[in-house]
Amino acid sequence: MSRQLMKGNDALSEAAVRAGCRFFGGYPITPQSEIPEYLSWRMPEAGGTFIQAESELSGVNMVYGAAAAGFRAMTSSSGPGFSLLQEGISYIASAELPAVFVDVQRYGSGLGDIFQAQGDYWQATRGGGHGDYRMLVYAPASVQESVDLVSVAFDKADQYRNPTLILSDASIAQMMEPVTLPEMREHDPNADWAVRGKHGKPFKRVTSTMYYIEDFDAYIKGKYDEMAEAEQRWESVRVDDADVVLVAYGISSRICREAVEIARGRGVRLGLLRPITLWPFPAKAFAEVNPLVKAYLSVELSALPKMVEDVRLACEMKAPVETFLGGAHIPESSAIVERAVAILNAQR
Amino acid sequence: MTGSEKTSARMTQNRELCKGCGYCILQCPKDALSFSSTVNRKGYNVVDIDQEKCIQCAICYTVCPDSVFERVEA
Amino acid sequence: MSEKLTPKLLVEPNKFCPGCGHGIINRVLAEVLEESGLADQAVGALAVGCACLMMDTFGTDWVQAPHGRAAAVAVGVKRMRPECCVFTYQGDGDSMSIGFSETLYAAIRNENITAILVNNGIFGMTGGQMAPTSLPGQKTTTSPKGRDAATTGQPLNMIDQMKHLPIGYLARGSVASAKDINNLKKYIKTAIETQMNGGGYSMVEVLSFCPTNWKMNMEKSVAHVQDTVKAIFPVGEFVKNGERTDA
Repeated sequence: MSRQLMKGNDALSEAAVRAGCRFFGGYPITPQSEIPEYLSWRMPEAGGTFIQAESELSGVNMVYGAAAAGFRAMTSSSGPGFSLLQEGISYIASAELPAVFVDVQRYGSGLGDIFQAQGDYWQATRGGGHGDYRMLVYAPASVQESVDLVSVAFDKADQYRNPTLILSDASIAQMMEPVTLPEMREHDPNADWAVRGKHGKPFKRVTSTMYYIEDFDAYIKGKYDEMAEAEQRWESVRVDDADVVLVAYGISSRICREAVEIARGRGVRLGLLRPITLWPFPAKAFAEVNPLVKAYLSVELSALPKMVEDVRLACEMKAPVETFLGGAHIPESSAIVERAVAILNAQR
Repeated sequence: MTGSEKTSARMTQNRELCKGCGYCILQCPKDALSFSSTVNRKGYNVVDIDQEKCIQCAICYTVCPDSVFERVEA
Repeated sequence: MSEKLTPKLLVEPNKFCPGCGHGIINRVLAEVLEESGLADQAVGALAVGCACLMMDTFGTDWVQAPHGRAAAVAVGVKRMRPECCVFTYQGDGDSMSIGFSETLYAAIRNENITAILVNNGIFGMTGGQMAPTSLPGQKTTTSPKGRDAATTGQPLNMIDQMKHLPIGYLARGSVASAKDINNLKKYIKTAIETQMNGGGYSMVEVLSFCPTNWKMNMEKSVAHVQDTVKAIFPVGEFVKNGERTDA
């Protein structure tokens, strides 16, 4: 398959169609609006359905209905709109249905602003809706990875019958990069749990599975424990001899990757752990790190430190854990290097 | 309807479904229904059918929220 | 004289309060689906509220929607499975208060689904709070001195919101007499037929009673619908095949 230049949102949309997604219901909000724009023509072309919903609340529940009917379904949003999806996500999780969500993060709480940020980390990884559920959260760091992870997100959603989330950001979603797209796949919508009329069989009830599963607490905890154990993904860059390990995902990880190169050129032993899944957080990755590492630096594009809590738990505080924050402006890679050097100097 | 058809149909009831709301009694055109002196296992005051007065119109079937009544062929 | 047997779709005794109109509406809907040969291809999107109680007792495929969102859920099902008979079953709080937007937009897009909206003028499941359809002066647990229309507005008439739209079918029935119930059955049958013929959005609002939260016995409940509720919410057919039929 030939490579082509595509915008992040467009490439992600095309990849969703090629993963067999045949329903999208959503609402415009910057910086994700290219997703409904692209799917408004592409979905019908592929034999699927696109609906511009009257709100995110309606969009997520259309996805709920389409997923209940057995079809691969998706919606996307950003910031304030992602907040509105949470009720529906909780329902979809409680009904144990597969569906894929995309949150193209933008800056700030409330209205905020439309530029890149990573402030939705807690909402994404802790479950922004009510009750006992988790979502697999995938954090692409490139347009190609957006394409690849959408496919994975649909497959994992089916495997676990659980919603999954692509946690992107305005930079990854808006940038253009060369991508290779996968082949088109068709999805069989006739799972035994899918509603389509009972046709002589017992009627099906898509609702919270807690009503029908014995010892539900243990069952649902077991399901999420299994996901936490089996689904950690990460990439590590020169962590085995690093004195300072940067931890960063998405757009921040790209700056950090550059910072590692710059630092190494200066003889500073910097490494990078890049979580690809944010839930489960890749705690296993920390076994690859130099046991004599002097510090971790969590680099996050947000005003408040968030992912750092997971870093502290994952490294078991065997080394100091610091943060490099700031959502309003993308940091310079050199500033991250300077910070790492300062951390090392302070320990001397 | 012919006489034989009239006598072949009969209103039956499943008293255990009754919640004693009395809607059927209000709507019965022949005053064939009345509260019984007995209660069902759930403790609801059930309804008696006076089969002599009943014309099998099945209005009780129509209005009953709890599917107590059925019209069956004898 | 034909037999009148309880529809097989009513797989278990309902869980509603004594005298609740839901039990009647459930049976009428079950009759229509069975008589139309659609019991096996029906999928319902179920409201939150007393309607929830149907999930185990009414034997069609179901999706339990979040509060107010049944229309959106039904749209998701119907768009992907157009061969199914897809309906919503909702109370007035669900469909006309928290779900006003989803309910109305399904009609605006003329989605090919059937909405059964039960108007009993009160929140039943949560214990008798004011509904958008509560009448002026009606005492509820959140309007203990009676609904004050000056601050809470007039009762919401969903049919007035929809009747100007070129939708498939729009009617309001009642469960307050055997004759009303027979008419209601015709309305629901027409609504379902409209959908299965691809005729677009159909909605039947049903005036029902809630003796428990109205704190009325059956006789007073029936009289309340006949004498008072119907004066504010007239029954009949309003739209057929995109044309007004009430003018």
